[in-house]
Amino acid sequence: MRKLSSGACMALIGLVTHPLLSQELGLGREVTAAEVRAWDITIGPGGDELPEGSGSAVEGSQIYEVRCKECHGELGVGGDHAALVGKPADLKKAPPIKTVGSYWPYATTLFDYTRRAMPFEEPGTLTDDQVYAVTAYVLYLNGIVGEDDVMDRDSLPKVEMPNRDGFVPDPRPKP
Amino acid sequence: MDAKQSSRRAFLGAGAFAGAALTACSAPDATPPEAATAPSLLGAPVRRYGERSPHETVARGVRDSQTPEAASSRTPLDETYGIITPSALHFERHHAGVPDIDPTAHKLLIHGLVERPMMFTLSDLKRMPSVSRVHFVECSGNSGGEWSAKGAPTVRLSHGLASCSEWTGVPLRVLLDEVGVKPEAKWLLAEGDDACRMQRSVMIEKALDDAIVAYGQNGEALRPEQGYPVRLVLPGWEGNTNVKWLRRIKLTEGPQFTKDETSKYTELMEDGEAWIFTFEMDAKSVITAPSGGHAIGGPGYHEVTGLAWSGRGKITSVEVSTDGGANWSEASLQQPVYSRAFTRFRLPWNWDGSECVLLSRCRDDTGYVQPTRQELIAQRGRYSAYHCNRIKGWRIAADGSVSNAEA
Ligand code: HEC
Repeated sequence: MRKLSSGACMALIGLVTHPLLSQELGLGREVTAAEVRAWDITIGPGGDELPEGSGSAVEGSQIYEVRCKECHGELGVGGDHAALVGKPADLKKAPPIKTVGSYWPYATTLFDYTRRAMPFEEPGTLTDDQVYAVTAYVLYLNGIVGEDDVMDRDSLPKVEMPNRDGFVPDPRPKP
Repeated sequence: MDAKQSSRRAFLGAGAFAGAALTACSAPDATPPEAATAPSLLGAPVRRYGERSPHETVARGVRDSQTPEAASSRTPLDETYGIITPSALHFERHHAGVPDIDPTAHKLLIHGLVERPMMFTLSDLKRMPSVSRVHFVECSGNSGGEWSAKGAPTVRLSHGLASCSEWTGVPLRVLLDEVGVKPEAKWLLAEGDDACRMQRSVMIEKALDDAIVAYGQNGEALRPEQGYPVRLVLPGWEGNTNVKWLRRIKLTEGPQFTKDETSKYTELMEDGEAWIFTFEMDAKSVITAPSGGHAIGGPGYHEVTGLAWSGRGKITSVEVSTDGGANWSEASLQQPVYSRAFTRFRLPWNWDGSECVLLSRCRDDTGYVQPTRQELIAQRGRYSAYHCNRIKGWRIAADGSVSNAEA
């Protein structure tokens, strides 16, 4: 028996003895790899799921100007919504300031989040090239990549975020 | 005439007497009191979907926001009874608004490290083995303002991002058995069908333990703002992981480090290190009446009541102090006490009319005791922002007005 479903069976033990439920339910339908690809938009920290395409900060600054600046401010600070630019030392301020630059552990998250959720009022309207470019621009404003560095499926996962090692798993005692 | 007489016959009799007296002694144009002669009026007819009395106005607390689609509304905990939050008053926290989803078109995809990636419709889910369980959902940002010395003036503002419902749906492990989880899968990613496709990573142990893919809330379909037509319920885990409008579950080896599990919903300690994947909500209690903004009138009998809950199990006791913490009395707990659910506590109290501070402190079945603000700060610093479960105090002034004890 598969390791994981043994836990499930233990939990279901009262039900499993019922003859009907010892069979598969036969509900739902199997899907093709192509269907899954169309739905699976999550980019993990390893970047394996990153799409084709590329962009640099120079291109990204144009997109930022039109699609992001009104809310996140000139150069990523001073807008009505979250500041996108900061330094690691900001985490020691009272109160601390958490930004892409000071806090986020992975650059892949910036690509993933921008592609799925921004611009706030029109999420999902940027092309993959535009998302790479505006991601490059936000990283550039944070001093993490150079102005001409091209972000794509190979380079983006290699970007080292300043607070990469800043997180520890929940240390609260487990009951 | 005593209109408060309880018997309808006695009431009518008194009216008839009053009418007779008026005929005999009053000027002819005098209008008799209405109750004396008006016939009983027929009530409203039956109707298909009930609404509350027009006299009732209790509502969620909403603050102005530039982006009301990425905002929250708060449950008026001091104006709900028992342990169930009416669905219409369940708190909200959305990141990109409430989507309008056609239940006949909605599908749930389960894929990743599975034997058979599969798609389920809502009617598939409703045919599966189901459970109904009472659980709270609490935003881990609830009581965030209570980290500060001042704290919030009302229980809605201090604790209103928590609500409790009976959830009905399919145990997630039933679905995972259908797709066949591969042994390498240690986490899963849950994603919503809202505009920002909000997503969180969850450990597989929770999925196989008590996670529910829920389509029912308090006996009817989920409310749109609670994830209609289907949401994840992870009993006791921070609200944001209970992904609403659930569209996709991906089995993975590790967590995906999404925006809402890195930038948000992580706890920054004073040394600059942050706690991540802090899923369980620690035990917490709060007195809902009397609470900030109330006026309790004069001395004498009052009931002190409130709610307690723990993300790790059952509440085993709630103590109440009516003298700022010098003495504590055991409150009674409404039975049955459910695991990872609101637990209503009550304590009869004779107020002597002098100024005092009311506090509540709970314990759960792991032995954990709700901390004071100082204890919490000693452990987590002043800026960890989330998961604040400190003891909260309400000050009763001599005139009966109630306010935040630390204001
Ligand atoms: C109409 C205003 C608006 C526009 C335009 C906009 N954003 Fe945002 N942005 C927001 C809001 C509001 C949030 C917070 C959403 C939430 O509550 O989850 C946000 C959050 C973010 C965050 C997360 C910040 C953090 O530290 O957690 C990033 C990154 C971001 N936006 C990038 C962008 C980029 C890149 C663009 C342009 C392509 C953009 N935004 C355009 C309003 C906007």
